[in-house]
Amino acid sequence: MTAAAVAPLAGKRRTPWKQASILPGFPLAMGWTLTYLGLVVVLPLTALIVRPWELGLSGVWATLTEERVLASLRLSFGAAFLAALTNVPMGLLVAWTLTRYEFPGRRIIDAFVDLPFALPTAVAGIALTAIYAPNGPLGSLFAQIGIKTAYTPIGVYIALLFIGLPFVVRTVQPVLQDLDREVEEAAQTLGATNLQRFRLVVLPAVAPALISGFSLAFARAVGEYGSVIFIAGNMPLKSEIAPLLIVIKLEQYDYAGAAVVGLAMLFISFGALLAVNGVQLFLARRGRA
Amino acid sequence: MTPIIRLPGLAPLMLAATLAILGVLIVLPLGVVFQQAFAKGFAAYLEPLTQPDALSAIRLTLTVAAISVPLNAVFGVAAAWAVARFEFKGKSLLVTFIDLPFSMSPVVSGLVWVLLFGAQGWFGPWLQEHDVKIIFATSGLVLATVLVTLPFVARELIPLMQDQGADEEAAALTLGAGGFTTFWRVTLPNIKWALLYGVLLCNARAMGEFGAVSVVSGSVRGLTTTLPLHVEVLYNDYEFVGAFAAASILACLGLVTLVIKTLLEWRHSGELSAGRRH
Repeated sequence: MTAAAVAPLAGKRRTPWKQASILPGFPLAMGWTLTYLGLVVVLPLTALIVRPWELGLSGVWATLTEERVLASLRLSFGAAFLAALTNVPMGLLVAWTLTRYEFPGRRIIDAFVDLPFALPTAVAGIALTAIYAPNGPLGSLFAQIGIKTAYTPIGVYIALLFIGLPFVVRTVQPVLQDLDREVEEAAQTLGATNLQRFRLVVLPAVAPALISGFSLAFARAVGEYGSVIFIAGNMPLKSEIAPLLIVIKLEQYDYAGAAVVGLAMLFISFGALLAVNGVQLFLARRGRA
Repeated sequence: MTPIIRLPGLAPLMLAATLAILGVLIVLPLGVVFQQAFAKGFAAYLEPLTQPDALSAIRLTLTVAAISVPLNAVFGVAAAWAVARFEFKGKSLLVTFIDLPFSMSPVVSGLVWVLLFGAQGWFGPWLQEHDVKIIFATSGLVLATVLVTLPFVARELIPLMQDQGADEEAAALTLGAGGFTTFWRVTLPNIKWALLYGVLLCNARAMGEFGAVSVVSGSVRGLTTTLPLHVEVLYNDYEFVGAFAAASILACLGLVTLVIKTLLEWRHSGELSAGRRH
């Protein structure tokens, strides 16, 4: 239903962009919403979009192609991609167990999935560092087989695993819950093996949710700061994430340079999310065909 | 609920794998916070928490949350009223802008305020002339927190109010109730649990926010350090027991949030937006 399709109630005060309604309070609610959004979101974002160009096009390019900037962007996006990818099967497994099996303490365990949402990132950061440091309980285990976890890109990856898991679990869970059991049962009656049922019935149904979960986890991981900087070690060119580089540039009063990195992050995330949406559309079309 | 896939041996295996993933990845870090905090006994745990710096960090965290959370709660209600009760052009664009802060890096959410109000920000010189301090001051912390936590309440209310529809409000108005009475007696009772849910999550994030506030705070010890920043300051000074002691307070905040959130999902699932129902 479009606004034009509905005749205005009284003819007075016609607003072409809004449908008439008997409910009051639109000007107040809308006015407050727009003012607040304008001041808190739009104005600051305008600064982020405009300020990099103080450097001129060549200056922006020079900043973007700094070795240190490139390395940090590569690390942030690469580690976020790998962590989100790892979280897809792990999240599916957790969601499956929580929706398909009944066991004592299930609801408590279910509640714990959200802990990374509720635990402040700095707390997670120092706790993960304590665990994966060379003398920590898991870090020492890894050290025995010659893998250094904390203070390397692997540490960044571990922190992003922690941050991203609930996104995948919580997007897949409702889909698994609503999945029509009869279709699965029909497949079983018709002689499908368990693997076939999973691959041909369950997986296509949860695939869109898995992809949304992946993109949510990825988007969060790209910009993550608090849980990463303690465990990363922050060595330039090696384990320095892009958000940290923004902080460093600000500390050197290089506002425009910091804005360049921030804007680049925003653009790359945006492009990645567009690509994910494209994959999802493709899957949806193929499913309908 | 009976397990539909009957695979002998696989169910226990899946359960074991789930417990391993959640245990190692999620529960272990929580345990480590308390283990490290109490590593040198109870007295050593309490001592750093009674330092003036720690107390002022707790006070500042509470102040910042006490300003930002109500602002975003009022915004959330206003935005939900506009979006869920009226049809207008550009609605999806508006909702995109409301969601936008969720997809921004916390550091960028801090950076944008420095670009506006920092020493070399757009309004920096004017602020300096008039002796107003925003960056490296409480108001900067509030602005950064407000931006980061802006979507929480609106995100809970909009889908719920869209589900509920406007019938009850329309009935109240037809029966002669005024706009304010209708909101107070009809709308608010219908959305109160979802509002509480949103405020709860908003508050947890506001008190625990680190990246955005660290950019605007300048970490002046005892002046502009919130509790999460205080954790960082102590940690970087190798005062590990103190850092984990402060972190344990934040971990408790997270646990309390989780408990209330879970209770709301169990008891009032019908009155939360569909995605929150268990």
